[in-house]
Amino acid sequence: MNVFHFMLENRGQVMELTVEHLWLVGLSTLFASLIGIPLGIAIAHRPALNKPVLAGANIIQTIPSLALFGFLLPLPWLGERADRLAILALTLYSLLPIIRNTYTGIRGVDAAVIEAGRGMGLTESQLLFQVELPLALSVILSGVRVALVISVGLATIAAAIGAGGLGELIFRGLAMVDNGVILAGAIPAAILALVADIGVGWVERRLQ
Amino acid sequence: MGLAHASARGNPTSSGSRDVRSSVCLTLVHSTPSNPVIEFRDVSYAVDGTQVLSGLNLEVQSGDTLVLLGRSGSGKTTTLKLVNRLLSTTAGDVYVNGVSNRDLNVIQLRRSIGYVIQEVGLFPHFTVERNIGLVPRIMEWPEERVRARVQELLQLVGLAPEMSSRYPRQLSGGQRQRVGVARALAADPEILLMDEPFGALDPLTRDDLQREFLSLQRTVRKTVVFVTHDLREALRLGSRIALLEAGRLVVVLTPQEFLRSTDPSVSAYVRAFGNGLESATDRGVS
Repeated sequence: MNVFHFMLENRGQVMELTVEHLWLVGLSTLFASLIGIPLGIAIAHRPALNKPVLAGANIIQTIPSLALFGFLLPLPWLGERADRLAILALTLYSLLPIIRNTYTGIRGVDAAVIEAGRGMGLTESQLLFQVELPLALSVILSGVRVALVISVGLATIAAAIGAGGLGELIFRGLAMVDNGVILAGAIPAAILALVADIGVGWVERRLQ
Repeated sequence: MGLAHASARGNPTSSGSRDVRSSVCLTLVHSTPSNPVIEFRDVSYAVDGTQVLSGLNLEVQSGDTLVLLGRSGSGKTTTLKLVNRLLSTTAGDVYVNGVSNRDLNVIQLRRSIGYVIQEVGLFPHFTVERNIGLVPRIMEWPEERVRARVQELLQLVGLAPEMSSRYPRQLSGGQRQRVGVARALAADPEILLMDEPFGALDPLTRDDLQREFLSLQRTVRKTVVFVTHDLREALRLGSRIALLEAGRLVVVLTPQEFLRSTDPSVSAYVRAFGNGLESATDRGVS
């Protein structure tokens, strides 16, 4: 069946799945940022923590996504609803780029600037919020951007555990051996990834 | 988390803030030469088992420009950073206006001391105006007073008023260091710490800034500790020169005494810089 014909016929469902997809990706990226940015700041200030934290995030990244969804299934409360599981898994995957970029961004701030700030009597929080974070912002945001784009792709697999999203069309198409249906899921996902990338880029420029 | 961390440092214990006030009183009362503004008493500093400074005793009087002279690794910068507690002594105490700086709130201490470094360290995302006005603003001066102060300082360091809206990347090296000096002077600190401030500048700009430092110092009369490895600069700017060698203080001499000294470390330094040093001591304000 023709992709565009299929998408037009089922536009209600495609829209609904796109919104679900956005929900999964948006919420997980938000959670990953809320955890990853403070963690990145912490390891930038305490070098002893940086190896174990980054190693942990690296290990998570190496777990195949289907396996991770499977591991998480028996968890109480989370296992009850597939979308909770999917959001947790996507959050875990998004941590690495966000933690790493926050760490790199903060460490990349010119040491002389920090020393001058500290020498002038800025408190540690003034240094963080007025100097380190603004100067590291573009690197941190590019980590968020990478996390978003990866999540849009990964979230299609969430359909395998019944969490919804555009993956449903892809899995259905695979089962039906119908490329048109697969593409009806894949094309909106690709567009979402592009829009997310451009969107964060725009926010980044606005903040500078 | 960042906040909790900072408040632990930012909020002085009640005894800390009392000490700050008492030091302010001392500032007003003192002025006899017997009350040094900065005093090192048996100060040592070691890091990772390496002794960087040993048994340092040194006084800086009000209005003096004390130059810490020595080769790389002699402990000059360490000595400087012990004053505003960017480093903490491992033995002995540094007294600021008669109070050990351990007993002062570190944030208040640093805000009352101007700090200028070779790399300048201007905030690249702040305009010149915001860079200079930073400390007055975090000390919550009224906005009008901050703005007036910034204009006054720009003039003092020889920068045009329209420079205030520029960003550091739009300035030359010499202009940046002028802004660095203005920023250090912003809250009118009694003490100025300068760590090779003119070291990265070309010789002509360095000469300009040294000359301006001297005329500035005649107007503002700060108590200055100035680190350099350049003997010419030391002779020209210092009212006294403290020569450090491998973490020990060798001598403290006036520039004239320094040139005449027969101490082997001093004469080795003088020899290394060759002829024509006499002229350097005449404060070259020509």
